[in-house]
Amino acid sequence: MTEIIKTDAVIVGAGPVGLFAVFELGLLDIKAHLIDILPKIGGQCAELYPEKPIYDIPGFAFVTGQGIVDNLLTQIKPFGATFHLNEMVIELETLGTPEHPLFRVKTDNEKTFEAKVVIIAAGGGSFQPKKPPIAGIDRYEGTSVHYAVRKMEQFRGRRVLVVGGGDSALDWVLNLHPLAERITLLHRRDAFRAAPHSVNAMRELVSAGAMDFILGQVSALKGDDGQLTAATIRGEDGSVFDHPTDDMLPFFGLTMKLGPIAEWGLNLHENLVPVDTAKFESSTPGIFAVGDINTYPGKLKLILSGFHEVALAAQKAHRYVYPDKKLLFQYTTSSTSLQRKLGVS
Amino acid sequence: MVSITYKDSEGGSRTVEAQEGSTVMETALREGVPGIEAECGGACACATCHVYVDPDWMEVVGKPEQMEEDMLDFAFEVRPNSRLSCQIKVTAALNGLVVTTPPRQG
Repeated sequence: MTEIIKTDAVIVGAGPVGLFAVFELGLLDIKAHLIDILPKIGGQCAELYPEKPIYDIPGFAFVTGQGIVDNLLTQIKPFGATFHLNEMVIELETLGTPEHPLFRVKTDNEKTFEAKVVIIAAGGGSFQPKKPPIAGIDRYEGTSVHYAVRKMEQFRGRRVLVVGGGDSALDWVLNLHPLAERITLLHRRDAFRAAPHSVNAMRELVSAGAMDFILGQVSALKGDDGQLTAATIRGEDGSVFDHPTDDMLPFFGLTMKLGPIAEWGLNLHENLVPVDTAKFESSTPGIFAVGDINTYPGKLKLILSGFHEVALAAQKAHRYVYPDKKLLFQYTTSSTSLQRKLGVS
Repeated sequence: MVSITYKDSEGGSRTVEAQEGSTVMETALREGVPGIEAECGGACACATCHVYVDPDWMEVVGKPEQMEEDMLDFAFEVRPNSRLSCQIKVTAALNGLVVTTPPRQG
């Protein structure tokens, strides 16, 4: 059942720049929905750098990746934007005209949005599972090699090899072990990034003989017609052996991929969206690109640049969303109407 | 100046001058040595600057810290002499260092 959501602006990407776009758009009464493939808000800052220091956000001598995301969430709270997480934008269709743009945006979770403006704040691309560079692995993808688990039931009665040492690997070992015929966890070392209680639960299962743990790395895959029969493993001790298995779940982290954005007719230049520097609008009127995903002479991939870009883009966006309204430039420090919107007056 | 030799998986080799205080990864990027991607720019947040340290140099270079070990989980064909080159600081003691880049950075 396709749900159609009508809004003023769709923001592709909920990283720091997508978040600040909510603020600048909100000051101008433009409502926004944000879509992000990660199950959390914050983009690269939350996914790659949550604990790491950033020293070049204006006004912050020091702030962590997660810290700036949390601050932005507080800042944009008055505007009540809606987040659609764990979803990727797959289609962007132009319905309107250059003077009166209207876009239909579809996600991979069967949601459809209609909006007058689209703000692409996709950063380095959408985070997707990193695929181990094992020869021929693509032959098994979707049938017996899976990078995510959508339906646990598909593993009932099967031998499953889970590879990795983080929370994803340990969580799935624990979730699937009651269903699978046999679960084996493979990791290159005997230390784990995963939560200690998960690791302990796994060790208990191993001691009880309910699952296996192997120290080593996959070097090759064997199978037929998309169905795995075994994974060739190089053990920590250097031994090489075949481990019979029906399925393999490799959890090697995430990498950023441009994805469907490449197909939206935006005249990409080296996988970046060229924009003008007055409005940060792409070659399609009504579609803006801000943050790391855009390019223009002198562009720097800095969060502070993205902040500037959304402020200017919002001004042009206002002309599309409210063509009959005059835009009066105001300061948050002195404007009673802005302060009312922010809930601080 | 510190001399570093970068070998690749096909037998090729390049020797460059490195500056003390920089990292083995930064030196590779600055000198245009192929085979090191450094997607995260040196923040120890990816695993695409993976190198194999020549066995003779392993002791001087040392072992990875916890954070680097965690990230090495995301690299491929990790060996006992694997290191993330963004975490190897160039010092005078590394003059003559030899590292080999893997066939792929993931």
